[in-house]
Amino acid sequence: MAFINHAAKEINCKIVYYGPGLCGKTTNLQYIYTKTAEERKGKMISLATETDRTLYFDFLPIDIGTIHGFKVKFQLYTVPGQVFYNASRKLILKGADGVIFVADSQEERFEANIESLENLQENLIENNLSLDLIPYVLQLNKRDLPNVVPVEELIQELRYKGEPYFEAVAIQGLGVFETFKACAKQVLQTLR
Amino acid sequence: MALPDFVMYEEEYNKLKEVIERLKEESGSKIVFLVDKNGQQIAGAGELGNIDATSLASLTAGNVAATDGLAKLIGEKEFSLLFHEGERDNLHISIVGKRGILVVIFDNKATLGLVRLRVKKASQELEKIFDLIDEKAKKQVGDSENFESPFAEITEDDIDKLFGDI
Ligand SMILES: Nc1nc2c(ncn2[C@@H]2O[C@H](COP(=O)(O)OP(=O)(O)OP(=O)(O)O)[C@@H](O)[C@H]2O)c(=O)[nH]1
Ligand SMILES: [Mg+2]
Repeated sequence: MAFINHAAKEINCKIVYYGPGLCGKTTNLQYIYTKTAEERKGKMISLATETDRTLYFDFLPIDIGTIHGFKVKFQLYTVPGQVFYNASRKLILKGADGVIFVADSQEERFEANIESLENLQENLIENNLSLDLIPYVLQLNKRDLPNVVPVEELIQELRYKGEPYFEAVAIQGLGVFETFKACAKQVLQTLR
Repeated sequence: MALPDFVMYEEEYNKLKEVIERLKEESGSKIVFLVDKNGQQIAGAGELGNIDATSLASLTAGNVAATDGLAKLIGEKEFSLLFHEGERDNLHISIVGKRGILVVIFDNKATLGLVRLRVKKASQELEKIFDLIDEKAKKQVGDSENFESPFAEITEDDIDKLFGDI
Protein backbone atom coordinates (compact mmCIF):
# COMPACT_ATOMS: atom_id res chain seq x y z
CA MET A 1 0.00 0.00 0.00
CA ALA A 2 1.87 3.01 -1.24
CA PHE A 3 1.51 6.32 0.57
CA ILE A 4 0.96 9.13 -1.94
CA ASN A 5 1.41 12.42 -0.15
CA HIS A 6 0.31 15.40 -2.22
CA ALA A 7 1.12 17.82 0.58
CA ALA A 8 4.76 16.79 0.85
CA LYS A 9 4.91 15.82 -2.86
CA GLU A 10 6.19 12.41 -1.93
CA ILE A 11 5.44 8.83 -2.65
CA ASN A 12 6.50 6.12 -0.24
CA CYS A 13 6.62 2.43 -1.09
CA LYS A 14 7.61 -0.58 0.97
CA ILE A 15 9.68 -3.51 -0.25
CA VAL A 16 10.27 -6.57 1.94
CA TYR A 17 13.23 -8.94 1.61
CA TYR A 18 12.14 -12.47 2.49
CA GLY A 19 13.94 -15.81 2.60
CA PRO A 20 15.33 -18.53 4.89
CA GLY A 21 17.70 -17.82 7.78
CA LEU A 22 21.21 -16.74 6.76
CA CYS A 23 20.34 -16.46 3.05
CA GLY A 24 21.73 -12.90 2.93
CA LYS A 25 18.78 -10.51 3.32
CA THR A 26 20.52 -8.22 5.78
CA THR A 27 23.66 -8.34 3.61
CA ASN A 28 21.61 -7.01 0.65
CA LEU A 29 20.47 -4.00 2.69
CA GLN A 30 23.95 -3.38 4.09
CA TYR A 31 25.38 -3.28 0.59
CA ILE A 32 22.71 -0.87 -0.63
CA TYR A 33 23.38 1.27 2.42
CA THR A 34 27.13 1.47 1.87
CA LYS A 35 26.79 2.24 -1.83
CA THR A 36 24.10 4.91 -1.61
CA ALA A 37 25.01 8.59 -1.38
CA GLU A 38 24.51 10.24 2.02
CA GLU A 39 21.73 12.55 0.82
CA ARG A 40 19.73 9.68 -0.63
CA LYS A 41 19.55 7.45 2.42
CA GLY A 42 18.36 7.58 5.99
CA LYS A 43 19.69 5.65 8.93
CA MET A 44 19.71 1.88 8.66
CA ILE A 45 18.07 0.27 11.65
CA SER A 46 18.87 -3.34 12.51
CA LEU A 47 17.03 -5.01 15.33
CA ALA A 48 19.32 -7.98 15.71
CA THR A 49 20.51 -10.55 18.26
CA GLU A 50 23.99 -10.53 19.81
CA THR A 51 25.06 -12.83 16.99
CA ASP A 52 23.81 -10.53 14.23
CA ARG A 53 20.77 -12.58 13.34
CA THR A 54 17.78 -10.41 12.53
CA LEU A 55 15.47 -10.43 15.53
CA TYR A 56 12.64 -8.28 14.26
CA PHE A 57 13.60 -6.35 11.13
CA ASP A 58 16.18 -4.27 9.31
CA PHE A 59 14.97 -0.99 7.90
CA LEU A 60 16.55 1.25 5.29
CA PRO A 61 14.88 4.32 3.77
CA ILE A 62 16.11 5.21 0.28
CA ASP A 63 15.27 8.22 -1.81
CA ILE A 64 15.59 7.28 -5.47
CA GLY A 65 14.77 10.55 -7.21
CA THR A 66 11.91 12.61 -8.57
CA ILE A 67 9.15 11.65 -10.97
CA HIS A 68 6.67 14.25 -12.24
CA GLY A 69 7.52 16.50 -9.31
CA PHE A 70 7.09 13.76 -6.71
CA LYS A 71 9.95 12.52 -4.57
CA VAL A 72 10.04 8.73 -4.85
CA LYS A 73 11.03 6.97 -1.63
CA PHE A 74 11.41 3.31 -0.85
CA GLN A 75 11.45 1.76 2.56
CA LEU A 76 13.35 -1.50 2.53
CA TYR A 77 12.68 -4.06 5.22
CA THR A 78 14.09 -7.51 5.89
CA VAL A 79 12.30 -10.18 7.88
CA PRO A 80 13.98 -12.49 10.38
CA GLY A 81 14.50 -15.76 8.50
CA GLN A 82 14.71 -18.16 11.42
CA VAL A 83 11.65 -20.40 11.45
CA PHE A 84 10.48 -19.54 14.95
CA TYR A 85 10.16 -15.82 14.21
CA ASN A 86 7.10 -16.34 12.05
CA ALA A 87 4.84 -13.99 14.02
CA SER A 88 7.27 -11.12 13.33
CA ARG A 89 7.55 -11.99 9.64
CA LYS A 90 3.82 -11.76 9.27
CA LEU A 91 3.76 -8.29 10.84
CA ILE A 92 6.49 -6.95 8.61
CA LEU A 93 4.75 -8.07 5.41
CA LYS A 94 1.78 -5.91 6.26
CA GLY A 95 1.34 -3.14 3.72
CA ALA A 96 4.17 -4.36 1.48
CA ASP A 97 4.13 -3.02 -2.08
CA GLY A 98 6.73 -5.47 -3.32
CA VAL A 99 8.61 -8.57 -2.18
CA ILE A 100 12.10 -9.88 -2.96
CA PHE A 101 12.74 -13.52 -2.20
CA VAL A 102 16.40 -14.15 -1.45
CA ALA A 103 17.23 -17.82 -1.97
CA ASP A 104 20.36 -19.45 -0.55
CA SER A 105 21.90 -21.36 -3.45
CA GLN A 106 23.74 -23.91 -1.30
CA GLU A 107 22.65 -27.53 -1.63
CA GLU A 108 22.05 -27.93 2.08
CA ARG A 109 19.60 -25.00 2.03
CA PHE A 110 17.50 -26.31 -0.86
CA GLU A 111 14.65 -27.48 1.36
CA ALA A 112 14.85 -24.36 3.54
CA ASN A 113 14.23 -22.20 0.46
CA ILE A 114 11.15 -24.18 -0.50
CA GLU A 115 9.75 -24.00 3.02
CA SER A 116 10.42 -20.28 3.25
CA LEU A 117 8.69 -19.62 -0.06
CA GLU A 118 5.62 -21.55 1.09
CA ASN A 119 5.71 -19.63 4.32
CA LEU A 120 5.88 -16.36 2.37
CA GLN A 121 2.74 -17.21 0.42
CA GLU A 122 0.90 -18.21 3.62
CA ASN A 123 1.84 -14.98 5.34
CA LEU A 124 0.94 -12.87 2.33
CA ILE A 125 -2.48 -14.46 2.22
CA GLU A 126 -2.97 -13.73 5.91
CA ASN A 127 -2.26 -10.10 5.07
CA ASN A 128 -4.78 -10.17 2.21
CA LEU A 129 -1.96 -10.12 -0.30
CA SER A 130 -0.72 -12.82 -2.64
CA LEU A 131 2.37 -13.79 -4.60
CA ASP A 132 0.17 -13.87 -7.70
CA LEU A 133 -0.55 -10.15 -7.49
CA ILE A 134 2.29 -8.48 -5.66
CA PRO A 135 5.37 -7.12 -7.49
CA TYR A 136 7.90 -9.86 -6.96
CA VAL A 137 11.54 -10.69 -7.76
CA LEU A 138 13.66 -13.77 -7.05
CA GLN A 139 17.33 -13.54 -6.11
CA LEU A 140 19.63 -16.57 -6.15
CA ASN A 141 22.28 -15.60 -3.65
CA LYS A 142 25.67 -16.99 -2.61
CA ARG A 143 26.64 -17.99 -6.15
CA ASP A 144 30.29 -17.70 -5.07
CA LEU A 145 30.18 -20.83 -2.95
CA PRO A 146 31.40 -24.22 -4.22
CA ASN A 147 28.38 -26.29 -3.21
CA VAL A 148 25.63 -24.47 -5.08
CA VAL A 149 22.64 -25.99 -6.84
CA PRO A 150 22.62 -25.24 -10.61
CA VAL A 151 20.57 -22.19 -11.52
CA GLU A 152 18.13 -24.16 -13.73
CA GLU A 153 17.28 -26.44 -10.86
CA LEU A 154 16.66 -23.58 -8.45
CA ILE A 155 14.50 -21.81 -10.98
CA GLN A 156 12.51 -24.94 -11.64
CA GLU A 157 11.73 -25.26 -7.96
CA LEU A 158 11.51 -21.66 -6.76
CA ARG A 159 10.34 -19.50 -9.61
CA TYR A 160 6.70 -18.85 -8.90
CA LYS A 161 5.22 -16.90 -11.78
CA GLY A 162 7.86 -16.05 -14.34
CA GLU A 163 9.18 -13.23 -12.15
CA PRO A 164 12.58 -11.74 -12.96
CA TYR A 165 15.43 -13.56 -11.24
CA PHE A 166 19.01 -12.56 -10.56
CA GLU A 167 22.11 -14.46 -9.57
CA ALA A 168 23.85 -12.68 -6.73
CA VAL A 169 26.82 -12.62 -4.41
CA ALA A 170 25.46 -10.18 -1.87
CA ILE A 171 28.64 -9.95 0.21
CA GLN A 172 30.40 -8.59 -2.89
CA GLY A 173 27.37 -6.63 -4.02
CA LEU A 174 26.88 -8.64 -7.21
CA GLY A 175 23.24 -8.58 -8.31
CA VAL A 176 22.12 -6.53 -5.32
CA PHE A 177 21.10 -3.32 -7.09
CA GLU A 178 19.76 -5.23 -10.11
CA THR A 179 17.40 -7.10 -7.81
CA PHE A 180 16.25 -4.00 -5.97
CA LYS A 181 15.71 -2.01 -9.16
CA ALA A 182 13.70 -4.77 -10.81
CA CYS A 183 11.34 -4.86 -7.86
CA ALA A 184 11.12 -1.08 -7.47
CA LYS A 185 10.32 -0.81 -11.15
CA GLN A 186 7.44 -3.25 -10.86
CA VAL A 187 6.10 -1.36 -7.86
CA LEU A 188 6.18 1.96 -9.72
CA GLN A 189 4.44 0.37 -12.69
CA THR A 190 1.51 -0.67 -10.51
CA LEU A 191 0.97 2.99 -9.61
CA ARG A 192 0.23 3.97 -13.17
CA MET B 1 -4.37 -5.31 -3.80
CA ALA B 2 -5.54 -5.59 -0.22
CA LEU B 3 -5.77 -1.97 0.79
CA PRO B 4 -5.91 0.89 -1.67
CA ASP B 5 -2.99 3.29 -1.64
CA PHE B 6 -3.12 5.93 1.05
CA VAL B 7 -3.55 9.22 -0.76
CA MET B 8 -3.32 12.46 1.17
CA TYR B 9 -3.97 15.96 -0.14
CA GLU B 10 -2.83 19.35 1.07
CA GLU B 11 -6.24 20.23 2.49
CA GLU B 12 -6.40 17.28 4.87
CA TYR B 13 -2.72 17.50 5.62
CA ASN B 14 -3.19 21.05 6.86
CA LYS B 15 -6.07 19.97 9.04
CA LEU B 16 -4.06 17.14 10.58
CA LYS B 17 -1.13 19.45 11.11
CA GLU B 18 -3.31 22.00 12.85
CA VAL B 19 -4.64 19.41 15.30
CA ILE B 20 -1.23 18.11 16.26
CA GLU B 21 0.22 21.62 16.60
CA ARG B 22 -2.58 22.42 18.99
CA LEU B 23 -2.07 19.15 20.85
CA LYS B 24 1.59 19.99 21.30
CA GLU B 25 0.78 23.43 22.71
CA GLU B 26 -2.09 22.41 24.96
CA SER B 27 -0.33 19.41 26.44
CA GLY B 28 2.96 21.24 26.96
CA SER B 29 4.87 18.48 25.18
CA LYS B 30 8.05 18.77 23.11
CA ILE B 31 7.19 16.86 19.97
CA VAL B 32 4.06 15.33 18.50
CA PHE B 33 4.19 12.95 15.56
CA LEU B 34 1.48 11.36 13.53
CA VAL B 35 2.60 8.23 11.69
CA ASP B 36 0.70 5.53 9.88
CA LYS B 37 0.62 1.90 10.97
CA ASN B 38 2.93 0.94 8.14
CA GLY B 39 5.62 3.21 9.48
CA GLN B 40 5.25 6.25 7.23
CA GLN B 41 5.37 9.66 8.82
CA ILE B 42 2.27 11.74 8.15
CA ALA B 43 2.88 15.00 10.05
CA GLY B 44 4.86 16.39 12.95
CA ALA B 45 4.95 19.34 15.34
CA GLY B 46 7.67 20.67 17.64
CA GLU B 47 11.47 20.60 17.50
CA LEU B 48 11.62 18.08 14.71
CA GLY B 49 15.14 18.99 13.73
CA ASN B 50 16.50 17.13 16.75
CA ILE B 51 15.04 13.80 15.84
CA ASP B 52 15.32 11.24 13.05
CA ALA B 53 11.66 11.20 12.06
CA THR B 54 11.96 8.36 9.56
CA SER B 55 13.50 6.01 12.11
CA LEU B 56 11.01 7.09 14.73
CA ALA B 57 8.10 6.31 12.43
CA SER B 58 9.32 2.85 11.49
CA LEU B 59 10.26 1.84 15.04
CA THR B 60 6.95 3.12 16.40
CA ALA B 61 5.01 1.17 13.81
CA GLY B 62 7.05 -1.94 14.64
CA ASN B 63 6.43 -1.43 18.32
CA VAL B 64 2.69 -1.03 17.81
CA ALA B 65 2.52 -4.01 15.46
CA ALA B 66 4.32 -6.22 17.99
CA THR B 67 2.07 -5.00 20.81
CA ASP B 68 -1.01 -5.68 18.67
CA GLY B 69 0.30 -9.18 18.10
CA LEU B 70 0.68 -9.64 21.86
CA ALA B 71 -2.84 -8.34 22.44
CA LYS B 72 -4.32 -10.88 20.03
CA LEU B 73 -2.31 -13.66 21.68
CA ILE B 74 -3.99 -13.04 24.99
CA GLY B 75 -7.39 -12.43 23.42
CA GLU B 76 -7.53 -8.64 23.55
CA LYS B 77 -8.59 -6.65 20.50
CA GLU B 78 -5.77 -4.16 20.95
CA PHE B 79 -3.90 -2.22 23.61
CA SER B 80 -4.86 1.33 22.89
CA LEU B 81 -1.74 2.92 24.25
CA LEU B 82 1.89 2.46 25.16
CA PHE B 83 3.81 4.53 27.61
CA HIS B 84 7.57 4.57 28.05
CA GLU B 85 9.07 6.56 30.87
CA GLY B 86 12.62 7.80 30.56
CA GLU B 87 14.96 9.74 32.82
CA ARG B 88 14.39 12.93 30.92
CA ASP B 89 11.81 12.34 28.22
CA ASN B 90 8.72 10.21 28.08
CA LEU B 91 7.02 8.63 25.12
CA HIS B 92 3.27 8.32 24.82
CA ILE B 93 2.03 6.23 21.90
CA SER B 94 -1.64 5.77 21.04
CA ILE B 95 -3.74 4.45 18.18
CA VAL B 96 -5.91 6.77 16.08
CA GLY B 97 -8.67 5.10 14.10
CA LYS B 98 -7.71 2.28 11.77
CA ARG B 99 -4.45 3.55 10.42
CA GLY B 100 -2.92 6.25 12.59
CA ILE B 101 -0.47 6.26 15.48
CA LEU B 102 0.06 9.34 17.60
CA VAL B 103 3.44 9.77 19.28
CA VAL B 104 3.92 12.41 21.97
CA ILE B 105 7.32 13.15 23.47
CA PHE B 106 7.26 15.17 26.67
CA ASP B 107 9.50 15.98 29.62
CA ASN B 108 8.75 16.99 33.22
CA LYS B 109 7.18 20.27 32.10
CA ALA B 110 4.10 18.27 31.17
CA THR B 111 2.20 15.64 33.11
CA LEU B 112 1.01 12.26 31.93
CA GLY B 113 -2.52 13.13 33.02
CA LEU B 114 -2.69 16.24 30.87
CA VAL B 115 -1.06 14.52 27.91
CA ARG B 116 -3.61 11.72 28.10
CA LEU B 117 -6.50 14.11 28.26
CA ARG B 118 -5.36 16.18 25.30
CA VAL B 119 -4.43 13.12 23.27
CA LYS B 120 -7.93 11.78 23.72
CA LYS B 121 -9.49 14.95 22.41
CA ALA B 122 -7.06 15.29 19.52
CA SER B 123 -7.54 11.64 18.54
CA GLN B 124 -11.23 12.17 17.98
CA GLU B 125 -10.54 15.10 15.70
CA LEU B 126 -7.81 13.23 13.83
CA GLU B 127 -10.09 10.26 13.32
CA LYS B 128 -12.63 12.49 11.63
CA ILE B 129 -9.99 13.84 9.28
CA PHE B 130 -8.87 10.29 8.44
CA ASP B 131 -12.49 9.52 7.58
CA LEU B 132 -12.51 12.48 5.22
CA ILE B 133 -9.36 11.17 3.57
CA ASP B 134 -10.95 7.75 3.10
CA GLU B 135 -14.13 9.26 1.69
CA LYS B 136 -12.18 11.31 -0.79
CA ALA B 137 -10.21 8.24 -1.86
CA LYS B 138 -13.41 6.23 -2.35
CA LYS B 139 -15.01 8.98 -4.39
CA GLN B 140 -12.02 9.08 -6.67
CA VAL B 141 -12.10 5.36 -7.26
CA GLY B 142 -15.72 5.68 -8.42
CA ASP B 143 -14.91 8.78 -10.37
CA SER B 144 -11.77 7.58 -12.06
CA GLU B 145 -12.51 9.26 -15.38
CA ASN B 146 -12.12 12.71 -13.90
CA PHE B 147 -9.35 11.72 -11.58
CA GLU B 148 -5.86 11.76 -12.91
CA SER B 149 -3.21 9.94 -10.87
CA PRO B 150 0.04 11.89 -10.85
CA PHE B 151 1.67 8.67 -12.00
CA ALA B 152 -0.72 7.81 -14.78
CA GLU B 153 1.72 9.03 -17.35
CA ILE B 154 4.92 7.52 -16.04
CA THR B 155 6.78 5.85 -18.85
CA GLU B 156 9.33 3.05 -18.79
CA ASP B 157 11.81 5.72 -19.64
CA ASP B 158 10.94 7.85 -16.61
CA ILE B 159 11.46 4.86 -14.39
CA ASP B 160 14.77 3.94 -15.97
CA LYS B 161 15.96 7.51 -15.60
CA LEU B 162 15.09 7.50 -11.93
CA PHE B 163 17.65 4.83 -11.31
CA GLY B 164 20.26 6.56 -13.38
CA ASP B 165 22.31 7.70 -10.44
CA ILE B 166 21.84 5.38 -7.54
N1 LIG C 1 29.72 -16.63 0.66
C1 LIG C 1 28.70 -15.78 0.76
N2 LIG C 1 28.25 -15.44 1.98
C2 LIG C 1 27.20 -14.58 2.05
C3 LIG C 1 26.60 -14.04 0.91
N3 LIG C 1 25.60 -13.22 1.30
C4 LIG C 1 25.59 -13.25 2.64
N4 LIG C 1 26.55 -14.07 3.12
C5 LIG C 1 26.89 -14.38 4.51
O1 LIG C 1 25.85 -15.15 5.07
C6 LIG C 1 25.69 -14.84 6.46
C7 LIG C 1 24.26 -14.47 6.77
O2 LIG C 1 23.91 -13.28 6.08
P1 LIG C 1 22.73 -12.32 6.58
O3 LIG C 1 22.61 -11.25 5.56
O4 LIG C 1 22.91 -11.94 7.98
O5 LIG C 1 21.50 -13.34 6.47
P2 LIG C 1 19.96 -13.06 6.77
O6 LIG C 1 19.21 -13.60 5.62
O7 LIG C 1 19.75 -11.64 7.10
O8 LIG C 1 19.71 -13.99 8.05
P3 LIG C 1 18.57 -13.85 9.20
O9 LIG C 1 18.65 -12.45 9.70
O10 LIG C 1 18.86 -14.86 10.22
O11 LIG C 1 17.27 -14.15 8.51
C8 LIG C 1 26.66 -13.71 6.76
O12 LIG C 1 27.81 -14.27 7.33
C9 LIG C 1 26.97 -13.14 5.39
O13 LIG C 1 28.24 -12.57 5.30
C10 LIG C 1 27.12 -14.42 -0.38
O14 LIG C 1 26.66 -14.01 -1.44
N5 LIG C 1 28.16 -15.30 -0.39
MG1 LIG D 1 18.98 -10.68 8.71
